[in-house]
Amino acid sequence: MLEVQNLSMRFGGLLAVDQVSLDVQEREIVSIIGPNGAGKTTVFNCMSGFYTPTGGKILFEGSEVQGKPDYKISRLGMVRTFQHVRLFNQMTVVENLLVAQHRHLNTNLVAGLLKTPNYREREQKSLDRAAYWLERVGLMDLANREAGNLAYGQQRRLEIARCMVTEPKLLMLDEPAAGLNPAETKDLNQLIVSLKEDYCVSVVLIEHDMSLVMDISDRINVINQGRPLASGTPEEIRQNDDVIKAYLGEA
Amino acid sequence: MAAQNIKHALFCAVITLIISYPILGFNLEAQGINVTIVGANATTIMGVFLAALVVFVFQLFRDSIMGKLGNLSSLSSGTHKEPMAENKRVKIESWVLTGIVVLALFWPFFMSRGAVDLATLVLIYIMLALGLNVVVGLAGLLDLGYVAFYAVGAYTFALLSQYLGVSFWFALPIGALLAATFGLVLGFPVLRLRGDYLAIVTLGFGEIIRILLNNWTSLTGGPNGIGGIPDPTLFGMEFGRRVKGEGNTSFHETFNIAYSGEHKVIFLYLIALVLAVITALVIRRFMRMPVGRAWEALREDEIAARSLGLSRTAVKLSAFTIGAFFAGFAGTVFASKQGFISPESFVFLESAIILAIVVLGGMGSQIGVVLAAIAVTILPELAREFSEYRMLIFGAAMVLMMVWRPQGLMPMRRIHIELKKQE
Ligand SMILES: Nc1ncnc2c1ncn2[C@@H]1O[C@H](COP(=O)(O)OP(=O)(O)OP(=O)(O)O)[C@@H](O)[C@H]1O
Ligand SMILES: [Mg+2]
Repeated sequence: MLEVQNLSMRFGGLLAVDQVSLDVQEREIVSIIGPNGAGKTTVFNCMSGFYTPTGGKILFEGSEVQGKPDYKISRLGMVRTFQHVRLFNQMTVVENLLVAQHRHLNTNLVAGLLKTPNYREREQKSLDRAAYWLERVGLMDLANREAGNLAYGQQRRLEIARCMVTEPKLLMLDEPAAGLNPAETKDLNQLIVSLKEDYCVSVVLIEHDMSLVMDISDRINVINQGRPLASGTPEEIRQNDDVIKAYLGEA
Repeated sequence: MAAQNIKHALFCAVITLIISYPILGFNLEAQGINVTIVGANATTIMGVFLAALVVFVFQLFRDSIMGKLGNLSSLSSGTHKEPMAENKRVKIESWVLTGIVVLALFWPFFMSRGAVDLATLVLIYIMLALGLNVVVGLAGLLDLGYVAFYAVGAYTFALLSQYLGVSFWFALPIGALLAATFGLVLGFPVLRLRGDYLAIVTLGFGEIIRILLNNWTSLTGGPNGIGGIPDPTLFGMEFGRRVKGEGNTSFHETFNIAYSGEHKVIFLYLIALVLAVITALVIRRFMRMPVGRAWEALREDEIAARSLGLSRTAVKLSAFTIGAFFAGFAGTVFASKQGFISPESFVFLESAIILAIVVLGGMGSQIGVVLAAIAVTILPELAREFSEYRMLIFGAAMVLMMVWRPQGLMPMRRIHIELKKQE
């Protein structure tokens, strides 16, 4: 469903991403790994419409999306989380989820002022969807807390829930396990697998936690200094000499 | 640490001297065509040095002084109180608010004309501040030219009545819609701007409107302004001693009561009250609707908002347009209340005052904004003797507020949303 072909991104003299290709099928978890500064987040930024790539194509469900504005891409069903959590900190947890459902809501001002039946119905549906996902990620009791006051692990989960209420087809997670403790990482592992199994979303995952990556990925792409280094199943990657060299070299 | 403090305090004291000595310590005296510089008298110079000394001492003990102020705020904000049950509090709140509005409805009949007039002005500022609150408090867009939309509303009514004889009730929606259109038009060029840049462009826009009104003499009368703006009518009844408009009757004759100038003042007050209540209710509703949440999301994190499918263009433009709409409302009422308007009424200081009301009240908080509007409009009237020092007191109050309660008088409280458990 997603195909990235020879993606390149140049910042002035720096070629941050150089001819990276990857593809994602329906209900598949594909990981992107690589040392710090390899260009993983930049790939995400191009895919989510945040940057216009300087070269290459991005096809989502057959149509080219590179260079489209970010909000349009997310409306197509491709949403992302951020390496550094980006919540609406002063808004409550529920409100964070309601904002994300903007697209599903009746945004007609007059209908809202008059509280027409159609408006109420849609509002109630989005509240229910929010409640469902809060329950799912275990934040129901904190629904009316300000998002900025949550613990770090809770913020990470809220960010994923906020993506899921938009009912995406493809979810892009940028280092979701960063800063989580082992128990939380395990929950995250199960959550991501369940997103694929139960909600039929494909996941692109950037992660440094190798055990998580090896455990849940269907396929892995390795990039190093912007260039693709290897790709394949976790088993293949584990035994790839180039990858071992790159990682050992870094360490 | 201590040495650092002394150094810093000395630095501040010297800066105080450098700034105040040339300004206060010298006087320019005209002797014929020559201007000479004369040193000020001893008391002034003493005062300057004393001020420097005060600054020095304050900076030296700043940490402990600020610490005390901080303690004060924690006492006053009642953070240790048990929170009330959510629905109970909402109920009490809505009763109290309804009570206040009912009181406000009957209050003018027992008050002096001057007081009612002042209260009308307060209500106009409340409308303005509630509107600006949408742009600054909710959407987080620093708008320093808000007064331009106020001017558009006021001039729309003035011009329509002067050239076409349009009445208040027709001009009210037209003025508000025209102001909203201006908001939309200004919104486009500033879409990409944030923070300081946005502030400067909107400041420029405010000045452009004012200068345009000042110089387009053939249409607006320039600095002379426009007079003879009619009062609102009540179902075709006028409040003047003699009927001016064709087909109108006069209020006191219809009801067979003695003419009194107060009727008109009270009627205007009631109109302003109703409009202010409508403004508050509509914006309150917006805050609970998708559009209101989108404004706040954009303020909190524009990148995240966009990544979730919110279009920056639509969200920003809606905030600007709706904010401007209510300024247009206020402008029309203002024109009607004054009967005469000129560009003088729409200077930058007005924008600054409205912004100060929003900041003092607590960004995004409606009750806070209403309280601040009352305080900022009434206090200068009470302290007439100090009118020379008005801006000074104003500035000092702002600084103190920022130190003591940076979140404003009544910070915005989040709306509690009850969720049904899903199976
Ligand atoms: N907007 C930008 N302008 C200039 N250079 C950039 C920009 N964004 C990223 N870079 C550079 O591109 C390179 C890749 O950065 P990127 O954030 O994609 O790395 P990453 O693989 O996500 O690293 P990490 O694992 O640390 O998150 C880095 O050298 C970075 O400095
Ligand atoms: Mg990164």
